[in-house]
Amino acid sequence: MTLKTIVTAGVLTALGATTALADVKVGMITTLSGGGAGLGIDVRDGFMLAVEQSGRDDIEVVIEDDQRRPDVAVQLADRMIQSDDVDVLTGIVWSNLAMAVVPSAVAQGKFYLSPNAGPSALAGRGCDQNYFNVAWQNDNLHEAAGAYANDAGYTNSFILAPNYPAGQDALTGYKRLYEGDLSGEVFTQLGQTDYAAEIAQIRASGADSVYFFLPGGMGISFLKQYADSGVDIPVVGPAFSFDQGVLQAVGEAALGVRNTSQWSKDLDNAANVAFVESFQAEFGRLPSLYASQGFDTANLLISAMDVADVDDQDAFRTALEAADFDSTRGDFAFASNHHPIQDIYVREVILEGDVYTNAIIATALTDHSDVYAAECQF
Amino acid sequence: MSMILLIEQALNGLQFGVMLFVMAAGLTLVFGVMGLINLAHGSLYMIGAFAAATVAGLTGSFLLALAASLAAAAAAGAIVEIAVIRRLYARDHLDQVLATFALILIFSEGTRWLFGSFPLFLDTPDWLSGPVELPGGILYPAYRLGIIGVGLAVALGLYLLISRTRLGIRIRAGESDREMIAALGVDISKLYTLVFALGAALAGLAGALVGAIQSVQVGMGEPVLILAFVVIVIGGIGSIKGALVASLLVGLTDTMGGFLLPIAFAQVMEPANAMLLGSALASMLIYILMAVVLIVRPSGLFGVRS
Repeated sequence: MTLKTIVTAGVLTALGATTALADVKVGMITTLSGGGAGLGIDVRDGFMLAVEQSGRDDIEVVIEDDQRRPDVAVQLADRMIQSDDVDVLTGIVWSNLAMAVVPSAVAQGKFYLSPNAGPSALAGRGCDQNYFNVAWQNDNLHEAAGAYANDAGYTNSFILAPNYPAGQDALTGYKRLYEGDLSGEVFTQLGQTDYAAEIAQIRASGADSVYFFLPGGMGISFLKQYADSGVDIPVVGPAFSFDQGVLQAVGEAALGVRNTSQWSKDLDNAANVAFVESFQAEFGRLPSLYASQGFDTANLLISAMDVADVDDQDAFRTALEAADFDSTRGDFAFASNHHPIQDIYVREVILEGDVYTNAIIATALTDHSDVYAAECQF
Repeated sequence: MSMILLIEQALNGLQFGVMLFVMAAGLTLVFGVMGLINLAHGSLYMIGAFAAATVAGLTGSFLLALAASLAAAAAAGAIVEIAVIRRLYARDHLDQVLATFALILIFSEGTRWLFGSFPLFLDTPDWLSGPVELPGGILYPAYRLGIIGVGLAVALGLYLLISRTRLGIRIRAGESDREMIAALGVDISKLYTLVFALGAALAGLAGALVGAIQSVQVGMGEPVLILAFVVIVIGGIGSIKGALVASLLVGLTDTMGGFLLPIAFAQVMEPANAMLLGSALASMLIYILMAVVLIVRPSGLFGVRS
């Protein structure tokens, strides 16, 4: 607690001000170093931009780097809960880290707002009334891609993803709405950088389309090697493989690829236009979907703080459930399991000036929720 | 499963193996000659890749980029040896591990400070992009064939350097008796700097070559470093020949295991489970290989020390 907030709190108590709402202390655990750092930095920058724009001085954010390691994330969470005494936790990018941190954090009575990871285990039976996902349930973008594959007339897909919770959710999600056959299904290692073996299998598979979920540096490696291999089967991916952070490193190899996303920088709503403009002005780069998710997470928190006191958990939870904020995605609401109901779009990678970016070409799914909501009982 | 696919996977394993060799050769030289465990070897790999990406971005020339990776990593290696490593030769291995781990953090954060957290762009040169057709109708990326060629050339070059040149004689002498060659009037500290810079340059070259087909980003060196250590342990610490054999063994085991195990499991169980179990077991294979080699030959395949 800063000196200023202590003084403010003291003065308010002295005045007997009962209407003032308590300060909110946020613990952000995210990946700021190593291979996945770009994602965490975008989440953090988006989140802090929203906090700054709100002009509020009653939010204190403690930011720590989890190095993409579950053990480090657990230690940080313990420290934030036990000694920093945070009210709300957020920030985790990777599903395996979320699985390690979220259940114990909510069991200790903290709110957790997820700006990215949405593992299926936390959306169904393992859901919790204090866990809110502001991004998507992991399956969502992949379900949209499966639906898009049907529309595009693909009937024989080769699918691959890393072997960790989000990777397994990805392939499950793709298969849920996809009606064609699979010519191959491969799990790679998390953090793998060489895909020669998988590309050889794709070449030999006779597939008519390739669907891959490889976030961060993994996707860069895959796409460059795929382009270089001379295999010309069309690829489809979720936005993670084509987000703003990786596109420049992939370069021409990504041009024209279709990918599915709940957000795009060209979404035409006032909140998004203002977000893209202010993010660029503040950080000198285009925002990614991770940044938009961080930004929305902070705005959700702020919208709840406007109407409820974080110490009154029931009221605060109801305020969060209302999701009364202007999302960069346009329409946004929570399903009964506190995961988003939202539209998911198909985007295409384009070259804008000399910057590779995405443009929306179609809507894949409208007001889409997830299949686990029915299993969730608080 | 066709013969073509099998051969293509074998080539992939070979390419992975020779790249590991270029990385592990420097590590094993430094350990063999100076008795130093250098965890920062992966950082030199990263420096090579970043130097190459920068120069390629400025000049557009891939060959200049490769030259830059060699020069930058060698320079970084020489500076680190003179400034830090030199003070560690007499210390025990735990101190060396601590100090070189600190170097990893310094290099990683320094690189992030200079270049930012987002991956850089480095692509294969036009004259090596796309596939070539090998006899038998196998399509294989020209660039990966190039990597195999460079790796084998490095192996040959190191063999000639160590067996045929005066520097090689000194390196071998340094390996077998450090005090004696110092007593014979060889400037041992200059030799150490030279060997360290040579190892660093090779790591930098590996980083640049691999960076062009993977992503150039902070922290890219550490996963490779672990594999390089597995290689030098299997090959026998300090042995270049051992490093070559072990690299190829690890490269082929990893690639063929990841490819064949799920297929083998699919014969006896349903595909989804076979896939999960197969890939889980495949990722352990090289460590199982290491354990088996160490049980049979505790000092590695070509190791001399016990």
